[in-house]
Amino acid sequence: MTMTDNFAIELTDIDKRFGAVHANNKVCLQVKRGNIHGIVGENGAGKSTLMSILYGFYQADAGQIDVLGQAYTFTDSHQAIAAGIGMVHQHFMLVENFTVLENVILGSEGGALLAHGLAAARKELTRLGDEYGLKVDLDATIDTLSVGLQQRVEILKALYKGAKILILDEPTGVLTPQETDELFRIFGALKQQGVTIMLITHKLREIMSITDQVSVMRAGQMVAHRDTQATSREELAELMVGRKVLLQVNKKPGNGRAPLLKVKRLSVSDNQGIERLKDVSFELRAGEVLGVAGVSGNGQTELLEALSGIVPMTSGTIEVLGFKMDAKHPLTPDRLRELGLAHVPEDRHRMGLITDFSASESALLGYHTDPKINSGIWLSNRKVEANCQALMQSFDVRPADPHLKSANFSGGNQQKLILAREMERNPEVLLIGQPTRGVDIGAIEFIHQRIIDMRDAGKAVLLVSVELDEIMSVSDRIIVLCDGEISGRIDAADADERTLGMMMANALDPIDPLQTMDDQHASSGQASSQETQA
Amino acid sequence: MKRDTRITWINRLLLPLLNILTAFAVTAIVFWLIDVNPIEAAEVLLYGAFGYEEGIGYTIYYTTNFIFTGLAVAVAFHAGLFNIGGEGQAYVGGLGAGLAILFLDPTLGAWVFIPASIIGALLFGGLWALIPAYLQAYRGSHIVITTIMFNFLAASLMVYVMVHVLRETGQMTPQSELFPTNAWMPFVHDVAAGFGYSIEASPLNLSVLLALVCAVLVWFFLWQTRWGYAIRATGKNGTAAVYGGIKPKRIIIVVMCISGALAGLVSVNELVGYQHRLIMDFHLGYGFGGIAVALMGRNHPLGIIVAALLFGTLYQGGAELAFEMSGISRDIVVVMQGLVILFCGALEYMYRPWLIRNLAPVKQQEAPTGVTA
Amino acid sequence: MKLNKITMAIAAGAVALTATVAQAAVNPAVVYDKAGKFDKSFNEAVYNGVKRFTADTGISVREVEPTNEAQVEQGLKKLAKRGNSPIVAVGFAQANAVSAAAQAYPDTKFTLIDMVVPEANVQNVVFKEHEGSFLVGALAAMKSETGTIGFVGGMDIPLISRFGCGYEQGAMHINANIKVIHNMTGSTPAAFGNPSKGGELTRSQIEAGADVIFAAAGGTGFGVYQAAADAGKWAIGVDSNQNHLQPGTMLTSMVKRVGEAAYKSYETANNGTWTAGVSVMGLAEGGVDWALDEHNRALVTATMESDVNAIKASIIAGDISVHDYMSDNTCNY
Repeated sequence: MTMTDNFAIELTDIDKRFGAVHANNKVCLQVKRGNIHGIVGENGAGKSTLMSILYGFYQADAGQIDVLGQAYTFTDSHQAIAAGIGMVHQHFMLVENFTVLENVILGSEGGALLAHGLAAARKELTRLGDEYGLKVDLDATIDTLSVGLQQRVEILKALYKGAKILILDEPTGVLTPQETDELFRIFGALKQQGVTIMLITHKLREIMSITDQVSVMRAGQMVAHRDTQATSREELAELMVGRKVLLQVNKKPGNGRAPLLKVKRLSVSDNQGIERLKDVSFELRAGEVLGVAGVSGNGQTELLEALSGIVPMTSGTIEVLGFKMDAKHPLTPDRLRELGLAHVPEDRHRMGLITDFSASESALLGYHTDPKINSGIWLSNRKVEANCQALMQSFDVRPADPHLKSANFSGGNQQKLILAREMERNPEVLLIGQPTRGVDIGAIEFIHQRIIDMRDAGKAVLLVSVELDEIMSVSDRIIVLCDGEISGRIDAADADERTLGMMMANALDPIDPLQTMDDQHASSGQASSQETQA
Repeated sequence: MKRDTRITWINRLLLPLLNILTAFAVTAIVFWLIDVNPIEAAEVLLYGAFGYEEGIGYTIYYTTNFIFTGLAVAVAFHAGLFNIGGEGQAYVGGLGAGLAILFLDPTLGAWVFIPASIIGALLFGGLWALIPAYLQAYRGSHIVITTIMFNFLAASLMVYVMVHVLRETGQMTPQSELFPTNAWMPFVHDVAAGFGYSIEASPLNLSVLLALVCAVLVWFFLWQTRWGYAIRATGKNGTAAVYGGIKPKRIIIVVMCISGALAGLVSVNELVGYQHRLIMDFHLGYGFGGIAVALMGRNHPLGIIVAALLFGTLYQGGAELAFEMSGISRDIVVVMQGLVILFCGALEYMYRPWLIRNLAPVKQQEAPTGVTA
Repeated sequence: MKLNKITMAIAAGAVALTATVAQAAVNPAVVYDKAGKFDKSFNEAVYNGVKRFTADTGISVREVEPTNEAQVEQGLKKLAKRGNSPIVAVGFAQANAVSAAAQAYPDTKFTLIDMVVPEANVQNVVFKEHEGSFLVGALAAMKSETGTIGFVGGMDIPLISRFGCGYEQGAMHINANIKVIHNMTGSTPAAFGNPSKGGELTRSQIEAGADVIFAAAGGTGFGVYQAAADAGKWAIGVDSNQNHLQPGTMLTSMVKRVGEAAYKSYETANNGTWTAGVSVMGLAEGGVDWALDEHNRALVTATMESDVNAIKASIIAGDISVHDYMSDNTCNY
């Protein structure tokens, strides 16, 4: 009892099997009270399983959980919450058309009459906001808040339910650098008040800048615990992957030649008629990688989909390899593919492959009319499989089984399969969205190298990514999208994170989210519409 | 990978089997409650469906209808479309088959009549599905709503046509004149007699071969051609299909026409094969039954044939049950069929989590594949 | 193995059946229409006749309720195979099936209600619904104060138009200026079981001035009678005597004695006088009639009663000829 008092969380020999998969193998973890503790590991290393066990989603086959010095066996998440654990998921669990206040008390309304509960909650939330510097307009509805503020609501929600330990799963994936800074400032305030924070992330830079300790998982096991000050990014990466990893992309300067893709004053509106892309113009040349930076949801998706003929454009022209299209004369995705434009979509589950299909069928998406695999009306399944086998070999997709259902590959291998499909056709223009999202560090290195190889072979690559590291290390030139407009153009050589961050927020003077908050209190209507755009 | 195979078997075999057994168990309880011996009832049902040649003939004759409508539902389903207009498409398909025969010179041979009637049924059934398909693809109306509406329209249209256009004068029943005998799809017992085998007469006719051919064609089309690939891609993930250069609007049109055409073939079995004239309501129950058949058959032609046989058995055996056992009215037979649909269709995944937990444990359960209608 | 046992069991059952047959002169059966025997209308009227026969003679009647077209013929043939005779087939829709079964089993007696097939072993019973409708139409015209009366048919088929046409003729016979509003409930068999639509049509007819409404619409009629009662108007029932359904507002019912036809078939077969051929049941034969009982006695004055009965006599005598819609599919009289 007394020995463990120092620890907010102590996990001893946690073991969990799923059939043949040993997801957690005698995992031990000690998290000190009031510390920020990072947990890193590749996809499938067992981080999520461990956190799910801690949060009561799964039960361990063996092992012990102590929270704040007391042993627990959680059978559901309510018990974990009662023990003082709060979790902020990667995807927020908020009701969009409820106010902040309503969202926070959801599930703990406190009696049949809402008014009483609401008043009490308002008082408590105001106190929490003051104490931790977590200011949010309690009466704003969620859909008017920026992603950063929504995340703040999630944190408030956990604290309101009495969390003494906060688990955050990839919290910065959706934030601008400035929002990330703000989040880390909040972490600091929470830490000062004695809250323990567990941060699950794959961004080693963040681990280095914010955590006190860091634990590394690999293949279901805890492979190392380090004091953050005593380690380095290189060491952590090596521990995660199990071998030396190059964090820097090896490339010679680019050599842009004739433009293969010319975009002039392109605008795109969505189904509701809201303009998502405004007056975007740029050129993409043979032999260069053009990076498109921006906080996700600022028009990158629409740009990729308009360029590949998936969504109609409202105005402007696009010239692909000498073929022109505009709103009245669109080119269809299959036609563009024929011309030599390939597209690796941002979201592989939504668009890149068909999870219910076998790998060989997914490897056919976009090319099912290819005469090489069709003889007459017959689609040769043998040739389809051979094609997939070849793709798997060239991109080292594992397991190399064309019959396996696409959903059953890990994220990295799915991504490699899509990249193989699009890149092995040797297209002249390649559009790539988020090529390394959810991909292991080892595979990231490989993917980046293949992109550079394509560039060096004289192809034109448009790279859309929310990872600034990736944009800066792979691109030759960078454009930044903010609110559907190009808010900055810069050579990769001149770019740094801060400049890009400011371009992404479309403000050369840094914005202070707290400042906007206060404005909102003064005149909520106007300010909240401003928030939506941020 | 092993687990994958196990799940496949759970989905394809164990689950349907367990569902049917549950349906039968509940039926047995119902029988017991109304003082009918369930074992005796089961014997009568099985004997009625398979115990003698005529019974088998009826069973396969009903099965033929269910194969057509089951395939119709399945083809649409693979494109993510829920075609519940099989009833109307089968009905209007009958008009196509009937018109083809009635407007041809009655002296022509069977080699003209039978293909003509099949084409008529395909064409009219397909066209009847084309309108909802167009409305879904280009006007945004929901296919479920429009196809069900078109069932009513079909009923009205057919009543009008049969009452005011095709009805034989002096006939009370709204029905067309008898088809010339050249236009009859040969009965299996007649064909067998031609080969020297004597089989009891039943409505079973050569349409059953047409149904089996359709099942093979559907399998080939869906899994062995680029069009089938495009259809399945659209059904599984419409966004990815668009990304892959597939045009969903065109898919909707093509798939619904095929679906409607298949449903229309019910009329070949019913009218060209057995009734030999255009009659009212020959289609009733088969279109909706086809939904259950497709669900139970996992939208695969082989599964559909098996499920159709089950429904054929229930139809014929059920009729026999109502005929033989005084305690069983025809409504109880409907209850029995309803229970099968309930457990195999609506509650088809009831046992799945339990089975998977016990037979193929995993990290996370896959979401059950739902109908994206 | 098992099937063999079942076969034997069934065979034994068949033997047992033949044994019972030996005691009675007939082994009667009935095949209802697809609407089922409890349709509160046409089939149920037959069912009541069947019940009465069993009660009177102690001979049980085998009943079959088919659910689709194929089962009609299947049922008829199976009954014949089992030695049932006579077999009553209810409804015009069974004509083709009766014809096929009669050819396959020439020694079995069939009675077909509402339709004629020219087979040597088939007794065809048809009704002159237009005659009965003429009578209730005449009564409606006598009763109407507004000079407008209504007709609500079930399914839009010639048989139902025959009711409507006879009704109109009867009304015109009394008042040449009378206005008759015709409505059909629908174009599918479901139109015989849609009381809410029946009520709606009735209300709109009443709004248009009708104060007597005749329903020839099976189960849909209940809605008609209710709506008429609610509005304080009069309604006329059909097939069975439905006067008791809304006492006080049911002016009368056009009775069509289908149960009687079934009963007669069994009875004549039992005493050896069953004959094949066509029997047309009009007013003269008592096949159709109008109903007067304690429920509508107060609504029908003595003058009306005698006038209607006089018309009935004239029709029977042939002095008034009622046009049959189905003879030429028109209502030109």
